[in-house]
Amino acid sequence: MAEFTLPKNSKVGVGKTVKAPAGAAKVKNFKVYRWSPDDDKNPTLDTFEIDLNDCGPMVLDALIKIKNEIDATVTFRRSCREGICGSCAMNIDGTNTLACLKPIEDVKGDVKVYPLPHMPVVKDLVPDLSQAYAQLASIEPWLKTVTQPPPDSERLQSPDDRAKLDGLWECILCFCCTTSCPSYWWNGDRYLGPAVLLQAYRWLADSRDEGKGERLDALEDPFRLYRCHTIMNCTKTCPKGLNPAKAIAEIKKMMVERQG
Amino acid sequence: MAADNRPLSPHLQVYRPQWTSVLSILHRATGVASAIGLVYVAWWLVAAATGGGYYDSFVWFAGSIVGNLLFMGFTFALFYHLCNGVRHLIWDTGRNLELEGAYKSGMFVLAGAGALTALAWILALAA
Repeated sequence: MAEFTLPKNSKVGVGKTVKAPAGAAKVKNFKVYRWSPDDDKNPTLDTFEIDLNDCGPMVLDALIKIKNEIDATVTFRRSCREGICGSCAMNIDGTNTLACLKPIEDVKGDVKVYPLPHMPVVKDLVPDLSQAYAQLASIEPWLKTVTQPPPDSERLQSPDDRAKLDGLWECILCFCCTTSCPSYWWNGDRYLGPAVLLQAYRWLADSRDEGKGERLDALEDPFRLYRCHTIMNCTKTCPKGLNPAKAIAEIKKMMVERQG
Repeated sequence: MAADNRPLSPHLQVYRPQWTSVLSILHRATGVASAIGLVYVAWWLVAAATGGGYYDSFVWFAGSIVGNLLFMGFTFALFYHLCNGVRHLIWDTGRNLELEGAYKSGMFVLAGAGALTALAWILALAA
């Protein structure tokens, strides 16, 4: 059920402020969501004043600078710093994106950084994605076949059929889209969400896959697929420029078409 | 470490309103408003059927600023829901799902609903 306010233990209080060092010429405030499992306190929004003349260009650079130089307890996921691993997905300046791809100068005023929305928080900017991963596993994201592969060769695919997977295979599963979706906020326990549905379509659209019928059967459900109301926050927020809304619409079309 | 005391990360509180989500929630809001507006229309019909002083009090209310605004809101809600419903039908065919197209059709729906509302009122007041 939709619950529009935060539970009591999740309300965000005002946190500490760490001033920029004296002589800082180009100060920008970074307001970072903090919560630690080690005490019983509510989450807070801590303010770090950063001298942009002494910091890399991306929001992730600022977070790493904070962790290295100001407060080593600030916790977030990061790995590749070039938008291919999906680890540093978070809510920056009101929309979900990858901290490594978000230029600081694109943010007017203070840079507010929260974890991906409407998820259980493990610590600070680290959300618990277990449910989303379980949902991904539930659509069986692998090639399913009943026929034998050609002897001494791979299952081949024409360039045209291969092109149908463009815009789908590029997904890095950062879950920016899923956690931007109000429908997923209210029904995430039963609705699969845009990222997982885009993956579902990636296999439905694969000419080599032979599990189309059973895949559609599994999605034919009032919640798993049809909680998508074409809000399109997913497409708006995808840091890789993909279009989950269109992929979901294609699945819905397949549902109708197979009824003949 | 207990996992059950984990807070829920902020959502509506921090997510910046997007054209995509604003137009979407407006679709639902206008759907609800249209249903409520029909109660108003029903009152009109019942008042007309009852007649006499009962109808006079309806006419008095409908002629007031509040009554006019309510009915104008109802007509806009009806037309927005209608136009955006057509937009949803187009989406269901798999078309117009690129972000740019969705923005354009959304603005078109807003403008269309405004224009149809204005047209309906001009025609009604002229009659």
